[in-house]
Amino acid sequence: MNIQIRERPDAAASAGIKTAIADCDIHPARATKDELHPYLAKRWHGHLETFGVHPYQGMMEGPPYPKAQPNASRRDAYPPEGGPQGSSLSFMQKQHLDPNNVALGVLNPLNTGQGIRNQDLAAAICSAINDWQIEKWTSKDSRLKGSVVVANEDGVSAAAEIRRRAGDTNFVQVLLLSRNVEPLGQRRYWPIYEAAQDAGLPIGVHAFGFGGNQITASGWPSYYIEEMVGHSQCQQTALASLVLEGVFERFPKLKMVMVEAGFGWAPSLAWRLDKVFARLHAEVPHLKRKPSEYIRDHIWWTTQPMEDPESRDHLFQIIEWIGWDKLLFATDYPHWDYDEPSRVLPAGVSDANRQAFYLDNAKQLYGIA
Amino acid sequence: MTLPIAGGMDCDLHPAVPHLTSLLPYMNDYWRDQVTTRGMTDLISQSYPTNSPIASRPDWRPAQGKPGSSLADMQRQALDRFGTATGICNPLYGVQMVFSEDMADAFCRALNDWLVKEWLDKDDRLRGSIVIPVQSIDKAVAEIERCAQDKRFVQVLMLVMGDMPLGKRHYWPIYAAAERLGLPIGIHAGSAYHNPPTSVGWGSYHIEDYVAQAQAFQTQLTSLIVEGVFARHPNLKMVMLESGFTWLPPFLWRLHKFWRGVRMETPWVDRAPLEIVRSNIRFSLQPVDAPPDGDTLNRLFDHMQSDELILFSTDYPHWQFDGDEVLPKGLSQDLVRKIMIDNPHATYARLQVKETTP
Repeated sequence: MNIQIRERPDAAASAGIKTAIADCDIHPARATKDELHPYLAKRWHGHLETFGVHPYQGMMEGPPYPKAQPNASRRDAYPPEGGPQGSSLSFMQKQHLDPNNVALGVLNPLNTGQGIRNQDLAAAICSAINDWQIEKWTSKDSRLKGSVVVANEDGVSAAAEIRRRAGDTNFVQVLLLSRNVEPLGQRRYWPIYEAAQDAGLPIGVHAFGFGGNQITASGWPSYYIEEMVGHSQCQQTALASLVLEGVFERFPKLKMVMVEAGFGWAPSLAWRLDKVFARLHAEVPHLKRKPSEYIRDHIWWTTQPMEDPESRDHLFQIIEWIGWDKLLFATDYPHWDYDEPSRVLPAGVSDANRQAFYLDNAKQLYGIA
Repeated sequence: MTLPIAGGMDCDLHPAVPHLTSLLPYMNDYWRDQVTTRGMTDLISQSYPTNSPIASRPDWRPAQGKPGSSLADMQRQALDRFGTATGICNPLYGVQMVFSEDMADAFCRALNDWLVKEWLDKDDRLRGSIVIPVQSIDKAVAEIERCAQDKRFVQVLMLVMGDMPLGKRHYWPIYAAAERLGLPIGIHAGSAYHNPPTSVGWGSYHIEDYVAQAQAFQTQLTSLIVEGVFARHPNLKMVMLESGFTWLPPFLWRLHKFWRGVRMETPWVDRAPLEIVRSNIRFSLQPVDAPPDGDTLNRLFDHMQSDELILFSTDYPHWQFDGDEVLPKGLSQDLVRKIMIDNPHATYARLQVKETTP
């Protein structure tokens, strides 16, 4: 957490980043409001000016819960040439990619067509953002890889966008968000899973999103911190839905990454699912295996915001329950709750596990040589 | 197997109302007439369909009627079986689902009076939780004050999923009354179904609703802590009932981390979330969402960093365990004593040996 702005320690002196790392959650931003216009059909320029994006929330601009910092981003991450944090490739290289020895950076654009009610607009914006990722980012720096963003509420349109990008090495995954109109296991989203499986692309499910549902099952809370913490509960429920609807039975090659939602809760959720499944399996006969087995075989987890117990043994026990082969290091650059690569993993981890955690798991999952 | 010790307190028993008509003797003429004339149906919640496997252990299911509707069964299957000295009755009748505060009030009064007459009067080991018409704060407080005159009511009962997050200031008069009268607030699994039963919308299956109870408890704990309920009511205890507890340590790591990051938003939260949980929040034992080996469970207790948080419960007649394995494997005798006797007595002020309320 970067409330203080201070000089960062010499990267080379830190245990975790002597060697290359993968950062599986980087958020690129637009430098100006009109930056997408070259990629959008003309009719949408005026439409956006007149009607806005018309999302599943009340505010015309900004989030329903004011963030703790402008754009939820580091105050030291504004590019010198202007624009919001995360909007300049050269500054991202200078501030993050180069000093932290990032060999693979996965871009997860957030303000896209996801959470927009007009599905034609949603599809247009998503396609534009995918073009923009190539032109502004991945074609200019080969360390960076994009995520295919899709109009998630319209499964057919989303699947078409995925198929259009299949085989394009600028992209390494499809990006969804955790909070949608319905739980992610619902059938309306299955065309997305089918297309991703066909394209050989994992699906990243990033915490967040606006599907119109209250962020608790008891209605809207009061504070930003409740939204921040609540993303983890939304993610748990979304994952339970994916498992219980039989998505991994139907799409056995599908891989998913839980992004920025924590991983500490995974063992408890899996145990709960297994226990309840033992009683209620008659209701979900489409499941052929225990819920925990689907999770073990199909789910990866990004690390930021890193679980931070007082005792490192507790952290290690949680990771052993999940598997050292399932964690993907991420910083969340340029967001304010960024995890500093050199400080994330406590001492006492074997070289092999450290290497898997910081780089190898990501390279393997995303098929990067 | 870890054996229960005699003299324990079972903090989560579910006596079942046989039918809405069973409450008619406890209603006034107007509501008796409303129920009858309008042909109102029984208030069975989706959270616990009567015939669902989780609603009753197979060998506890009666030949006829709802599981948990017979005192003799509860005595034989739970109270006598586990040597229970005190059992707290948490009726899960669906009164929270109705939308009219007047109707909810009438039904809650009837339910609480029914509990006294049909259960508490008939077995002196039993204690009750006050079910409140949470649809109206004024009526809820009045019902707490009415029932609290009977010292056998030891707790106020709410559901984990209602209209608003439980930390909201709207609910604080309930908490003030409970604190004043020495009553913990018991928050039980279940939804009023006034909101979708998960934070990402309506799922397809009963199993999803049940799994999602754990996430609902997590969001409520966040709400209760960050709204400042325990800064205002430091002596108020809350008990999470049928919540599961193995999610607690990672939940608190995350909450603690964000609290450190954005505590300027809720400056009245002047203690770390873990400290607030230690002083004010307790959890019933069942369900134990963990593998059956003692080693893993003891690690989880270690992660909780306290042996004072868990209160013994069978969750009778819900199906959480088989045979006599109400206590998970591997617990030390010292921890068993804490869970079964010391922790519940430290939680329920009205069950302490000496009366502390004037």
